[in-house]
This record gives sequence, structure tokens and C-alpha cells, in this order.
Amino acid sequence: MKRSRIPIALVLALMLAGGQYFVPAAPAATVGPVTDPVGVVRIAKGAPLTIAYWMVVAGPDASLGTDTKRGVEIAIADKGGKLLGHPIRLIGEDTGCNAEGGVTAATKLSANKAIVAAVGSNCSSEAVPGAPILWKAGIVTVSPSNTAPKLTAPDRGPTYDGYLRTAHNDKVQGRVAAEFVYKSLKLRKAATIHDGSPYAEGLAGVFTETFRKLGGTVTAQEAISPTDTDMRPMLTKIAAGRPDMIYYPIFIAAGGHITRQVKEVSGLANAKLMGADGMFSPDFMKAAGEAAVGMYHSSPDLSPEALGPAYKVFLDKHQKRYGEKPLAPFHPHAYDAANMIFAAITKVAKKDAAGNTYIGRKALRDALFATKNFKGLTGTLTCDRFGDCADPKIAIYQTLSADPAKWDPGKNPKKVYP
Amino acid sequence: MQRSWAWRLSVTDLYLWAFRIVVLAVVIWGTIGTVAARRYGGEVWIDFLVFGMSQGSIYALIALGYTMVYGILRMINFAHGEVFMSGAYTAYFVAAAFGRSGYLDRNPVVSLLAVLAVAMATSTLIALLLERVAYRPLRQSPRLVPLIAAIGASFFLQYTFRGFFGSGFQAYPETQVLKGTWAIAGVNILRTQAVVLVAAVLMMAGLYAFVMRTKTGTAMRAVSEDKEAAALMGIDVDRSIVIAFAVGASMAGAAGFLYAIVFKQVHFFMGFVPGIKAFTAAVLGGIGNIPGAMLGGLFLGIFESVGPILFLEGLGIVAPYQLKDVIAFTMLVMVLIFRPSGILGERLMAKKA
Repeated sequence: MKRSRIPIALVLALMLAGGQYFVPAAPAATVGPVTDPVGVVRIAKGAPLTIAYWMVVAGPDASLGTDTKRGVEIAIADKGGKLLGHPIRLIGEDTGCNAEGGVTAATKLSANKAIVAAVGSNCSSEAVPGAPILWKAGIVTVSPSNTAPKLTAPDRGPTYDGYLRTAHNDKVQGRVAAEFVYKSLKLRKAATIHDGSPYAEGLAGVFTETFRKLGGTVTAQEAISPTDTDMRPMLTKIAAGRPDMIYYPIFIAAGGHITRQVKEVSGLANAKLMGADGMFSPDFMKAAGEAAVGMYHSSPDLSPEALGPAYKVFLDKHQKRYGEKPLAPFHPHAYDAANMIFAAITKVAKKDAAGNTYIGRKALRDALFATKNFKGLTGTLTCDRFGDCADPKIAIYQTLSADPAKWDPGKNPKKVYP
Repeated sequence: MQRSWAWRLSVTDLYLWAFRIVVLAVVIWGTIGTVAARRYGGEVWIDFLVFGMSQGSIYALIALGYTMVYGILRMINFAHGEVFMSGAYTAYFVAAAFGRSGYLDRNPVVSLLAVLAVAMATSTLIALLLERVAYRPLRQSPRLVPLIAAIGASFFLQYTFRGFFGSGFQAYPETQVLKGTWAIAGVNILRTQAVVLVAAVLMMAGLYAFVMRTKTGTAMRAVSEDKEAAALMGIDVDRSIVIAFAVGASMAGAAGFLYAIVFKQVHFFMGFVPGIKAFTAAVLGGIGNIPGAMLGGLFLGIFESVGPILFLEGLGIVAPYQLKDVIAFTMLVMVLIFRPSGILGERLMAKKA
């Protein structure tokens, strides 16, 4: 009987690792002058207009969420903190950069009937289960940094009807990366690694497809899990195919392990390394150390020649407000997402004689999807039927120094393409 | 009257036999497929083995702590992964300080030994506090109670470290002497991994000698066999328990240091996965059995490194390394089904009966 404690312990460990799901439903309604099939938000005169964020603001990937949250805050400040005479109130939840965190945050927000619209999420893995929960409650959400292709794929289904994004689709990022490797570096044999997240898997898939179409060979398509630390066996397997380039568009912790361990595996000493925007952060330099020098990253192009003078003004505001450089590349996308939402609200909101404001949820969603030639920081945004609004500009950067203190995108890592 | 064996076979037995045959067939089929493809030369297989052994010896060092505490208290110390984490964190702080002053590269042997000693001491201290504060008051309660206390202690330690040192990770500094490879018997082995293997083997040998040869070790074994009888023989039971915690924790502290020099990333949540894996290793080898924990750890490390490629690639599964954990836990399930007491567990049970 002594042995029976072991299964109990295992079950307990599994329960600790698991999460719970609960999905509420939204009513349809007529309130005041507005009738809407999904629902109506009524904001009494002088009451705040609530916008929610759901972003990674704690944990190892907090730089990503803090960065986009600041984009939203600056957008609100630019409006003077007010919209249609109501003060704008920003509330939010942390999402943890995983599916469970996305579900928890979306469920909590969907219980709050005052939320007009949301900005988020950060990681695609959060949005996949989270966006349908929000839309079930009638909350439309605009993501500043989800890039997985499947979120705006034509077969994404009606549960994603309330989901849009100002971030680029990885169909673009993966293609640019493959073209850079094939045409600029003139390498012909590449291997890819993903970590099972929708973001990494999508990006690795697009890269493989484009690289093969261009005439290159993909020697291995490997996968790891994000908590793995010993990458050497997997890298030894990749080495058997003798690739010139290893492309691993994953996140900071696992990406750091791979970067450090690649050179220790025989047969990969001369392989070039490339990651994507998920690791484009000074934290990655800390994780990878000196091994990161010479490595390539694809990321949104934030150079002055790509974004124009408005971005310079934004950066000055950012510096003044927070006293530091942006922490990740998606703050302008968040700024644009917030402004797109404000424009759509202004378009559909109706006031009654007493000064109360009414916003139809379906009408707001339709107005957002109808966004056309919207002048934002990241370019001219036009939303398509499936929620892709970005004006994507992707650049390739090369790391010159692994010192996190010398982080200054454009100079170090240096922009090398286009 | 003795019936023929076919009559004595129950449905469950038949099912288990079928299960055994299926798993064995899958393993053999996959192995043949991989070997027949001849994608990997002999050197590559040796690399796989060495990678697996160095990871496995870290698991083994942590597993020792689970097994010693279980052996003596019949309790699973779920906070042991955090004891390991505290060792790694301490190793980082000391090594970073040495790195900044340049001492780490001027006098690598002394500084590495100092880092190791401090890591082991911190882990030991934390485990002793845990024992005194969280476990000793509950020793007379039903067994599930200290188990839950251990889980609580695990969260407490994790979030204490998070509160003090932040939720991000720290990068353990590079040591110049440990860069590159050594050629040992014609095989190029990474220096860090050679150090890990040698250190782990030395420490496990020392522990084994301590438990089997010294008076204190004998007392510990006596307490683990029968607490009351040992107390009647004049053995201080509390002291033996404290020593078991201390020795197990010092091994975890050493494992934390070795982990830090191999993987270089230290953060508050790092103890969770290695803790679960080491617990698996302890069960695999037969929990409560010290050589079993060592064997289980090495076994698990080697299977994780070699398994995906040997069994799964031959079956035509793409990206087999994503299924590394599946291999590890399938092994655990197999052992629990067919040999519930673990690889070396039987002997111990027989002795106790």
C-alpha cells in the first residue's frame, strides 16, 4: 500500500499544470436610440468609456506587453484622455504568453459589460482561444502583435468575427526572411525549428514554403517544447543534414539555449543563425550571450525612412513619459490599434438628449472592419474581410554586440535588409 | 488441483501482455527503421549518449534528494525542485560577482569550487528550514498533509525568489576554461559536460560511501527501515531525518550549480521541470533506493536524448524532439504498470518485508 502515494502525487502534479475553461454568452438588445444584434453599451453622461488591454505585462515576456500597453497609453494621452466627452478608462489583464493565460484574461474581461473594445493580445497562442471568448461577449479586439497566419486565415470561422490586427501577418515576415536568406546571403540549405506555438509553427511553415519555391532545400523541420533546455541532441540531428542556415522563430528562453548550444555541436560551427521578432529584444542578448553576435533577426522596420516623421514625434513622447527607449517592436502597432478603435467608436456612437452615449457592438465591429486608408504610425492601414489591417514593413537586422546596454535597433542590431 | 497456466490467465493479464507486445513492437520497428536508414555515424551516437548522460547525471543528483527523503519519511518533498533552483540562483550570484572582479578567469578552479560550495550550503540551509518549519510539525499527521505542505512550500519559495530577484532570468557568466572541448579516448567531449559527469559521479560515490560505510549512514538506514525500533536502539531519529534532508539538498545544490554552468539561464521557475523529471527518475529507479535514483536519472537522460531519434524517427515521425517528454513519461507509465516498485525497488521491498 505504500506505493499508492505515487499515483496521487502524479495526479496532483498534473492538476497543478492544468487550467479551466468557462465561456459566457452575450445578449442582443435595444437600448435607447440604438438597436444592435450583438448588444449595446450605454455610457451615462460623464461616465468613463472603458477600453481594455489583454497583454503580457508580467513574467519573462513582459517587455512585449509593457511596450504595447505604452503605445495604447500614448494614444489615449494624444486624445487628451477623452472621447465624445467621456474620459477614457484603460483597464486590463495579464495574458502570460500562453493559451491558459489568454483564456483567463479573456474570460475575466468578457464578464465586464462596460468594456467597449479591447486591444490585444500579444502572443498568438493567447489569441487563438481568447479572441472567440471576447467576441462571444460582443467585445471586438484589435491585436498589436499577433502575427500567426491562421488568426486571419479565410477558414478561421465565425468565432473570430470580432478579431482584427494591426501587426503584420507572418506570411509576410516568413517570406521576407526566406528571400533574404536565399537572395542576399545566397544560402541554399536551411533547417527550421519551431516550439509548437501557433506563432512559431506558422512562421517556420511560411519560411519553408517560400524557401522551397525559390529553389532552396529545407534539410530538417524540427520542433522542441518551450521549456526544453538541452537542445544539443536535437541540434545533432539537424547537423546530419549539413544546413548553411538555421531558422528558429521562437521565444527568448528556448531561443537563447539554441543560440548558445549551436556552436557546441559538431557540424554546425559555420551555420548562420536567424530568428524573428519574438526574440528581438535586449533580453535575448542576455539569454544568448556572445553567441548572438552575427545572428540575424526579422522584425518590423521601425527606421525613420520606413515610418516617417510622425514616429519621431511619438518616440519623443515615449521618452518623456517613460524615460527610456521602447522595449519591443510593437508599440506603434498598439498606438494605431487604439486610434483605429477611437475612430470607429466616433463613427458609430449615438447620443440621446440627456447626453448619454450608446454604442452598438456589431456596428462597432463592422466599422472597424471597414477601416480604409487609415493614416497610422505604421503606414496606411486598410482592413480586409478577415481582419488583417497592417501595412507590413519587415526588415532584417544583424546583431553586432551582445551587450544588452548597447541595444539600439537600426544600429545594433544593424539593419541589413532591405 | 493445479490448473494449466492458460486457465490462470485473467483478462487483465492478457491485456497487459498485449500492451507489452505492442510497445515492444513499436520500439523495435522504430529502431530498425532508424538503424537501417544509416543517417547517423558512430560518432553521432556517442554524442547523443554523452549529451544524455550529462543531462541524466543532473537528474540523478536531484533524484537523490527525493529518494532519501522518501526512504526515511515516506513523503515526497515536492519543494525539492525549488531547493535545486535556490542552489542555481546562489551559484549565479557568486559566479557573477567573481566574473565582475575577474577572479573567475584568473583562478577558475578555486572560484568554481567556491561557487559549488556556496550553492550546496544555500540549498542545504533552505531544506533544513523547510524541514523545521513546514514538515516537522506535521510529521504525525496523515501522509497527504505534509505532501500538500510541500506543494505550498514549493510555491512559497518560487514566489519569494520572484519577489526578491524579479521574474526575468539571469545569465550565468561564461568561464573561459570551460569553453570548447576535450578529446577523451578519441571522442571530443564538451568541457562543461565532462565536468558535470565527473563531478556527479564523484558526488554520488561519496554519498553512497557515506550512507553505506559511516555510522551516521547506518543510523539513517536503520531509521528508514523502522523508526520506532531505531529509536529504541538509541538512534536519534530527528537527527537522522535532518541529515537525510541536508545531504539530499546539498546534492540538489550541486545539481543547480552544474545546471547553471551547462545551460547558463537561471530564473525563479527553473526548478519545476527538472524537479518533475528527477521525481520521475526516482520512481523509475525505485523510490527510496539510492543506487536506483542514480540509475533512474541516467536512464531518463539517455532515453530523452537517444529515444526520439532511435524509436520515433524510424517510424517516420517528423520533428521527434517535440515528443521528448512523451518518451520520458511513457517510460514512467511502463515502469509503473510492469514493475511498480521501480528498476531496483524489489530488493528494498523484500528486505523490509
